[in-house]
Amino acid sequence: MPFWCEIDSMKNAGKWRRFPTGDLARVAVFAALIAVLGLPGSVNVFGNLVPITLQTLGVMLAGVILGAWRGALAVAVLLVLVAAGLPLLAGGRGGLGAFIGPSAGFLIGWLPGAAVTGWLTERAGRSPSLLQLVVACLVGGIGVIYLFGIPVQALVTGASLPAAAALSAAFLPGDVIKAVLASVVARGVQRAYPDAVPAVHRERLRSGWGR
Amino acid sequence: MNGRTGAYVPGASPLHRLPAGAKLAGLAVVCTALVLLRSPFALGGAAVVTAGLYALSRVGVAAAWAQVRPVRWFAVALFALQWVFVGVEGAAVTTLRVVVAVALAGLVTITTRTSEMMAVLERLMAPARLVGLDPFRLSLLLSLTIRTVPVLADLAGRVRDAQRARGVERSLRAFAVPLVVGALRHADALGEALSARGLDD
Repeated sequence: MPFWCEIDSMKNAGKWRRFPTGDLARVAVFAALIAVLGLPGSVNVFGNLVPITLQTLGVMLAGVILGAWRGALAVAVLLVLVAAGLPLLAGGRGGLGAFIGPSAGFLIGWLPGAAVTGWLTERAGRSPSLLQLVVACLVGGIGVIYLFGIPVQALVTGASLPAAAALSAAFLPGDVIKAVLASVVARGVQRAYPDAVPAVHRERLRSGWGR
Repeated sequence: MNGRTGAYVPGASPLHRLPAGAKLAGLAVVCTALVLLRSPFALGGAAVVTAGLYALSRVGVAAAWAQVRPVRWFAVALFALQWVFVGVEGAAVTTLRVVVAVALAGLVTITTRTSEMMAVLERLMAPARLVGLDPFRLSLLLSLTIRTVPVLADLAGRVRDAQRARGVERSLRAFAVPLVVGALRHADALGEALSARGLDD
């Protein structure tokens, strides 16, 4: 570590460095990105009224690019704005009703979903392979989100757990495609912008350059 | 719905004047009670009371419908499904419960200014202090996000144009990669601008 960095770290010894300003901007921008991915409009599958959107793609990308807890924070920011009444969910939905309707569990599941996706990506090191990214997106972006969504849906509709799971299975093919797509996109982004790999970004922050 | 300003409908009814925190707490209590209600008559009563509250708030039929509209097909499918499995009474109870809860949540959204609701939610998020997000940074984070949505929507439009120019309209990858890279560039420039204005001190 060069000496000026040491001086810098001594100067800031008592201060919070856990949430640098650059990360604040990244979290805000990714929260907005998830909202923007919902803009083209959602496609409804008849029968099960949880809309199919590109927004889960944004959730997976937030995890893969920001890492575990910053990705989850980006999702949390979006959900707070939605709860406050802004129409940021796909199809211009928003308000507290989204957290009470049948898809509430899937929405809440975005939080741990992004966190697990990010956690797995962080484990993959400085240059995650496509396969590692696909696994992270499948486990976090589908497994974890369904784990929250299906029981809540069963609770709201009064259907049995297997019945709710069967209804959600209609979304599985689309979600698998989205997970693969998120991985391909993330791989492309991380090649074009190496700082988009959580492990690389963290190292850069640790080295004290450009906080 | 008026674009990006949210679903708030201005008014001066008692519901509009109630503090946002009280409305949120009330909503939580009522939703818990709804889960506990089992008879169709009790839920029918709840539906009537909800309709009365909407009338009291004087927001108009269109605004009310906009809140319930997203669950309309779900309600129909749920009613049909429940009718087959647990009979007409159970179907009515389950369906009414969902619709009434969504309507009440919508009523809170309609009668509360977005800024007011945000202030309450910010207070609820106070524990974020533990991970280094003090209240100032938290509200900065929320307002930055709101400001960034139109910026990214604009970026998405430009990426779409570029895609068309390249003749790869159908490739989602050719859309998402430039969009995300552009978003990251924007974020990092924004972060530097904020640091330069002394936000780290």
